[in-house]
Amino acid sequence: MTPLVEARDIHLSFGPTPALRGATLAVERGEIVAVMGPSGSGKSTLLHSLAGILAPDSGEVYLDGRRIDVLGEGERSALRRDRFGFVFQFGQLVPELTAEENVALPLLLGGARRAPALARARTWFDRLELDDLGARRSGELSGGQAQRVAVARGLVAGPEVLFADEPTGSLDSLTGERVMELLTATAREQNVTVVLVTHEPRVAAYADREVMVRDGRVTSPAPLVGAS
Amino acid sequence: MTVPFALLGLLEREPSHGYELKRDYDTYFGRDKPLPFGQVYATLGRLARDGKVIAGDAEPGGGPDRKRYVITEQGATEVQTWLAEPVEPEPHLQTVLFVKVVLALMLDRDAEKYLDRQRAAHLQRMRELTEVKRNAGTVDALMADHGLFHLEADLRWIDLTAARLSKLAEEVRA
Repeated sequence: MTPLVEARDIHLSFGPTPALRGATLAVERGEIVAVMGPSGSGKSTLLHSLAGILAPDSGEVYLDGRRIDVLGEGERSALRRDRFGFVFQFGQLVPELTAEENVALPLLLGGARRAPALARARTWFDRLELDDLGARRSGELSGGQAQRVAVARGLVAGPEVLFADEPTGSLDSLTGERVMELLTATAREQNVTVVLVTHEPRVAAYADREVMVRDGRVTSPAPLVGAS
Repeated sequence: MTVPFALLGLLEREPSHGYELKRDYDTYFGRDKPLPFGQVYATLGRLARDGKVIAGDAEPGGGPDRKRYVITEQGATEVQTWLAEPVEPEPHLQTVLFVKVVLALMLDRDAEKYLDRQRAAHLQRMRELTEVKRNAGTVDALMADHGLFHLEADLRWIDLTAARLSKLAEEVRA
């Protein structure tokens, strides 16, 4: 089976500093994979490369068998809008918009008309336990509420892949767990593939499997049987 | 049981007398709880009976202390297997994990790979407990959480140790 998202031997440096040194990762459709590793190991850079935000210096990135690292910025931008969803650690909601408008944003940017976009956004509020918070602006939401709004926005357009970078990083552990429960339950229900960057084991435990990034390379857990 | 494996591991390093084994065990693994001499010789006796060590002839002076013990092929294979296997992830494992890491370094084995396997085993257990929580009532969910927090503490220790392996290696190989 062709993996839905795949990086093959990618290298990427920021100036003289190498962030990725031959990272390889394949994620199947419907999988939830946690990418773990110490700070500075390259895990966020790997996520940004898979999502077409960064273009690697060498190596290949595929989406459903099609190479995407060679696409121009315009095409990659369309890909991010139409096929990917994103949840980041914080600071991602537009403060001038209401929670509902924030959730509807990917639909509006994709060309939907305002009334149906808002109606569709509203259906996500129950699902993520946000009930009557749709009219509030981001400054009037708690951290956990804002993060659930961000999850709704990441999923509203029906993406194939949700990229989440430390989605609970700014929350206390109880609130973070609730966000993870809702995020993974909704992703499974909608058959959305999730690539989740986290340094927290309790967050990674919501995924189907984990990979470790160390010094810019991906190491999967060694098989448990058979001593080396 | 860690003591038989710890003694076997120390013997793989070099053939030793019982008192030397006790000294090294206490230095590295028994700081809070030194190993009684009786337990050293009882363990060595069982290991010899099971073919994992061979006791040399008593040297002049008499007494059990005068025998030098040598690990057998079978004993070495057991150490090898034990060092590579992750421990069943349960809380309060630090001692076993620690003994495995130190012995692996002393014997020039791949301690990092062992830690990777242990990390994977811990995360697998955490996934299972997280799954339990998904459909559990409050009592079961809180029990799962208790396990999750302890496993997380182990994992932090595993990561810290992985980051300090070369420094630890220098000290235990000195």
